[in-house]
Amino acid sequence: MSVLMEAKSVSRVFGGLVAVDNVDMTVNKGDIYGIIGPNGAGKTTFFNMCTGFYSPTHGAIYLEGKKVSGLPCDRIAHLGIARTFQNIQLFRYMTVLENVKIGFHINTRTGILDALFHTKTYKNDEKMVEEKGYEVLEEVGLSGYAGMKAGNLPYGIQRKVEIARALALNPKILLLDEPVAGMNPSETMSLMNFILMLKEKGYTIAVIEHDMKFVMNSCNHILVLNFGQKICEGSPEQVKNDDQVRKAYFGKGRVSSGCERKEAC
Amino acid sequence: MNKIADVVNRHKPVFILAVSLILVTLPFYVSTGNMRVINRILLYTLLAGGLNIINGYCGQLCFGIAGFYCVGVYVEAVLMKTFHVNFWLALLPAGILSALMGLIVSLPALRMKGIFLGMLTIGFSELMRLIALNWTSVTGGAMGLKGIMTPSFFGIRLAGNKYYYVFLVAEVLYLFCTNRIIKSRVGRAWMSIREDELAAGSLGVNIKRYKMLNFMYGSFWAGIAGAIFAPYSSYVDSTYFTLDEGFNVLGMLIIGGQGTLVGPLVGSVVGQVLTEFLRFLQTWRYVIYSVLIILMMWVRPQGLVGASSSILAGDRAKRIAAAKESAAAAV
Repeated sequence: MSVLMEAKSVSRVFGGLVAVDNVDMTVNKGDIYGIIGPNGAGKTTFFNMCTGFYSPTHGAIYLEGKKVSGLPCDRIAHLGIARTFQNIQLFRYMTVLENVKIGFHINTRTGILDALFHTKTYKNDEKMVEEKGYEVLEEVGLSGYAGMKAGNLPYGIQRKVEIARALALNPKILLLDEPVAGMNPSETMSLMNFILMLKEKGYTIAVIEHDMKFVMNSCNHILVLNFGQKICEGSPEQVKNDDQVRKAYFGKGRVSSGCERKEAC
Repeated sequence: MNKIADVVNRHKPVFILAVSLILVTLPFYVSTGNMRVINRILLYTLLAGGLNIINGYCGQLCFGIAGFYCVGVYVEAVLMKTFHVNFWLALLPAGILSALMGLIVSLPALRMKGIFLGMLTIGFSELMRLIALNWTSVTGGAMGLKGIMTPSFFGIRLAGNKYYYVFLVAEVLYLFCTNRIIKSRVGRAWMSIREDELAAGSLGVNIKRYKMLNFMYGSFWAGIAGAIFAPYSSYVDSTYFTLDEGFNVLGMLIIGGQGTLVGPLVGSVVGQVLTEFLRFLQTWRYVIYSVLIILMMWVRPQGLVGASSSILAGDRAKRIAAAKESAAAAV
């Protein structure tokens, strides 16, 4: 199991507020790595440090051994980290295909002179972007939506489009921020299968999620944060049975009277 | 609209030939008075075109296009008059210097958005005008520069009606270049910044670099428009480059349409029709113009022929489209 992404003693302080406090993380290649925790635990802040929106106040984040924390967002995209957002940031007025085409930005090289003189670079890029665009949509099962305006699509499809666009970067790791937020059980199931399918194709994925069913059924490794601190990291089984995790989610009192502690009632 | 587009597309070569013929032979059958209107339309189309690159395609709020216009005019005029440089040779330096000013303006602008960026460009525009007004040794100050000669083209003096060809070629060149750039990775990067800067950055678009490039390309054409205007007007002074002039161009762009290639042309035509052919309405023309701008922002923010598939069209367009869809579904 090779290590793909690592966070070492990462902290982020905003004035008096310690949003992320000395968190370590190890994501291996091929993992579906879940990051869970109550609201306000610092999960999105942590993600934002992985993708360049913030720099860590302490510690560092590494991708394949190379330090990525502190670099600007576009450099980080070049290095192979792609992300989606909590409130789907699609280009709503553009078509699905156009959204995906912009995803190919770092994999194309046409400059202003190439565009003016229709050089070979330009021609190759346009061809590639068109073909690969359809390919990516085919791969994720969204070909039928290629010409539709992204903002008019159902929420679940928009999510998938955002993920497809992130895949156009050909990333080493995909960071998904609450992908099933606001979805009903069947949409959640659909997206879960979608993500499992991506794993089959060899993608490494890190997910922030609240939906426990989703997390427990798709992630093979989970990090639990609470108040900015790491309280557990391990397999779904380990996390389910961890005392600290239970305390964080259910409180210190008894779960229910007359029940065996092993079966969470 | 689509039906017209279909017909045109099917007989494209014929249309292109017909339009080209009409455009090339205009000076031979159109009166001098009307040619002046056409020249002004082309001038403002080019200016609005430069502004369209910045505001329309990249979503950066620029109110100061008059500043770049000013740089273009004075660089051309000074090169021609003081340094006796040939008109044609002076064109590129004028454009390049305008682009350079575009780069300088874009640098602080990288940290700003919306109205703050707008205010910065207003400051720039006024700065250029004041330099033109006060740097008497170079710009002639309040007296301006006069006697800028119209150029010759292979022996033919391009005076009077014939100057139209200079405007025409410039506009055609603008459309050709801009069309190619917009339909490429560069254009897509610009539009992605307009639509959603956050997403664009996360997809690897170097926002800073593309914003700078965008400002430079837009200001280049505003500068070229100025450079061409100098001999046409033969006399220039700083009063031509007030903020009002900048807002005038912006108004045309808002009415005509942002984010498309034909928007500036439509806007310029509307603007000139109002000023020239509705003269009998006297100052009511300006009221109409202002009301048009307000109406456009309210009813159709992208402009008459602006980019409907963009954030410029705003949520109203989405709501209308959604309403249409649900009405169709109910039927």
